[in-house]
Amino acid sequence: AKFIAFIFLMATRLQFENNCEVGVFSKLTNAYCLVAIGGSENFYSAFESELADVIPIVKTSLGGTRIIGRLCAGNKNGLLVPHTTTDQELQHLRNSLPDAVVVQRIEERLSALGNCIACNDHVALAHTDLDKETEEIIADVLGVEVFRQTIAGNILVGSYCALSNRGGIVHPHTSVEDLDELSTLLQVPLVAGTVNRGSEVIGAGMTVNDWTAFCGSDTTATELSVIDSIFKLREAQPSSIVDEMRKSLIDTYV
Amino acid sequence: MFKVQQTIGSVLCCKCGVPMPPNAANMCVNCLRSEVDITEGLQKSIQIFYCPECGCYLQPPKTWIKAQWESKELLTFCIKRLKNLNKVKLKNAEFVWTEPHSKRIKIKLTVQAEVLNGAVLEQSYPVEYTVRDNLCESCSRFQANPDQWVASVQLRQHVSHRRTFFYLEQLILRHDAASRAIRIQQVDQGIDFFFGNKSHANSFIEFLRKVVPIEYRQDQQLVSHDVKSSLYNYKYTYSVKICPICREDLICLPSKVASGLGNLGPLVVCTKVSDNITILDPRTLRCAFLDARQYFRSGFRSALTSRQLVKYFVFDVEEPVGEATVGGQKYALSYVQIARESDLGNMFYVQTHLGHILKSGDQALGYDIYGANVNDDEMEKYRLSVKNGLPEAILIKKCYDEQRERKRGKPRAFTTKKLPMEMDESRGGRVDPEKMENEYEEFLRDLEENPELRFNISLYKNKDYQESETASMTDGEGAPTVPIEELLAELELSEEEEEGDDEEDMDE
Repeated sequence: AKFIAFIFLMATRLQFENNCEVGVFSKLTNAYCLVAIGGSENFYSAFESELADVIPIVKTSLGGTRIIGRLCAGNKNGLLVPHTTTDQELQHLRNSLPDAVVVQRIEERLSALGNCIACNDHVALAHTDLDKETEEIIADVLGVEVFRQTIAGNILVGSYCALSNRGGIVHPHTSVEDLDELSTLLQVPLVAGTVNRGSEVIGAGMTVNDWTAFCGSDTTATELSVIDSIFKLREAQPSSIVDEMRKSLIDTYV
Repeated sequence: MFKVQQTIGSVLCCKCGVPMPPNAANMCVNCLRSEVDITEGLQKSIQIFYCPECGCYLQPPKTWIKAQWESKELLTFCIKRLKNLNKVKLKNAEFVWTEPHSKRIKIKLTVQAEVLNGAVLEQSYPVEYTVRDNLCESCSRFQANPDQWVASVQLRQHVSHRRTFFYLEQLILRHDAASRAIRIQQVDQGIDFFFGNKSHANSFIEFLRKVVPIEYRQDQQLVSHDVKSSLYNYKYTYSVKICPICREDLICLPSKVASGLGNLGPLVVCTKVSDNITILDPRTLRCAFLDARQYFRSGFRSALTSRQLVKYFVFDVEEPVGEATVGGQKYALSYVQIARESDLGNMFYVQTHLGHILKSGDQALGYDIYGANVNDDEMEKYRLSVKNGLPEAILIKKCYDEQRERKRGKPRAFTTKKLPMEMDESRGGRVDPEKMENEYEEFLRDLEENPELRFNISLYKNKDYQESETASMTDGEGAPTVPIEELLAELELSEEEEEGDDEEDMDE
């Protein structure tokens, strides 16, 4: 008898040393997770409890700083780090991450790559002033199609949107036309929303991958439900669970 | 440049989940309001003080502002009393109705302030004022002692009539000089004015100085003394004496004064009293002016006053031998034949300055020097020194008694206002009301006859006066009356106003 298990996950609320901007101190992808080194282990253990056996969780710093989420950009194929990263850090990353992930240090004037690039496994949005070279490296290392875009008139696309393979949230002031355009480019459903009690900086406030998301503890229930629905973290409504189960159950009898 | 149309999308309010257009705080208005209270720290209730006597509100430390219930001034005052209101922007303020006797004023204020990340929030909130009754300083002082005066002006004129005071009363009313007097009291030979302030009394005396010749002195009495701060409270009293020379008086000038004025014949008639005294020599038609200082240096008194005027019948008036115009008044010197009404057999042939108005058959009033017993030193000296003797009579004015007979009992065309005076009860009723009536009647007649007296006075139209139908006079001459153009209509805030449109007979 076939038995299909449904894993129901919701977004998790947490804090890094009393700060709700989770996306600043962590980077979550489908293949790995990077966290900053904090005074206490609470941040790390929150990630661990969710992701322990599935993907590796790496504690690191970039260029001696803890704001790693905003400095690097990556997906399951690769990770791009700025030129400020030290050799030791680079080596540490190469050692800790799976071999399939290519770690590349790039020379780019705009060194906060996390603010300039928003990407999932297939497509990426880039800062309009990014170097041509960098764009090529992104396309190469991350294996994505790169689009130079703005979000609600802001050029820091990485800060103002959170993207996964199943959906994305953008700056709340994004107009309907912009939303449509971006959605067409990215080929995922998008919604304009907020995080951390009305904060517009979504990229810094939360971090997300295909099956889980982490946001600051100030996030309200409304925002959480928006996150859950757009990233499809909670797939089905309770009533339809039974139907699905029944379908599969019936399958077995047949 | 082609611009894509930007439609504002909608986001969910981060608190309550209701769809709304995005704003700086990304919360719907209600959630924002519940979250942030911009009126925090602003005063919501405050106490203000109100004086029920004069209807003023206290603005500390000492100013009292007069304001009506629910007026603009009251609103401004209430808002000024609130502290901290400069932290927010005030958009609107209005009164909320409260029962007037509840001693509460409620105002609804609408304020605007910036919250969170630049969202501007507008909020209304009520402020309650508790009104407490508290008499203001001046009202409490007045309550404690209503007779509290600080300065008093005692106006006196030592003559046997009150004509000057009637005239002064009208002048004061016209110029509103006694508006700040707390109390006015009439006494035997004068009037007392009480003021709350020394400067008020001073300005009143300045006014008097301009209209009558006066001499005054000031005295003060210590009421209280604050040792520590050396503050002394005094009561000031001004004793003002008006010169006893009146119009139509006969004066025998002392020799010094006469020679000082260029040998003006010692027998003179006073023709006008304002801030100067105008005296006329009836024999030479020369005039002189004495101001208050000059008069009070010598201080002579009149020999004969208007009480002693006697009626004369004019038999014959000769052609005027000389004419003069003095101070707007025309005089003509001529010889007349007259006799006293009481003694028509005794005829006198005298000089008079009224040659221009007297005609034979007229009646005139004058001083009977021939028959009178004059109690005046100067007169006696003069009588002894002069060779031919004194003139037997000096005529002063024409008499209109006959014409007045016809108008007896009929009301005048004008009325006058009166000052709010208290009568002096303490002297046991020395003032005879009938005598006062007669004197006032004479004063009114005086006003009718002399247009220059009316100059500074306001006369009001008598509403009850009706022009008589039979306006024709048999001899073409009537008693002088006040022309209707000079009369003021009293300000009446009622619909109808009766007007006698008929032309007055303007003779003389």
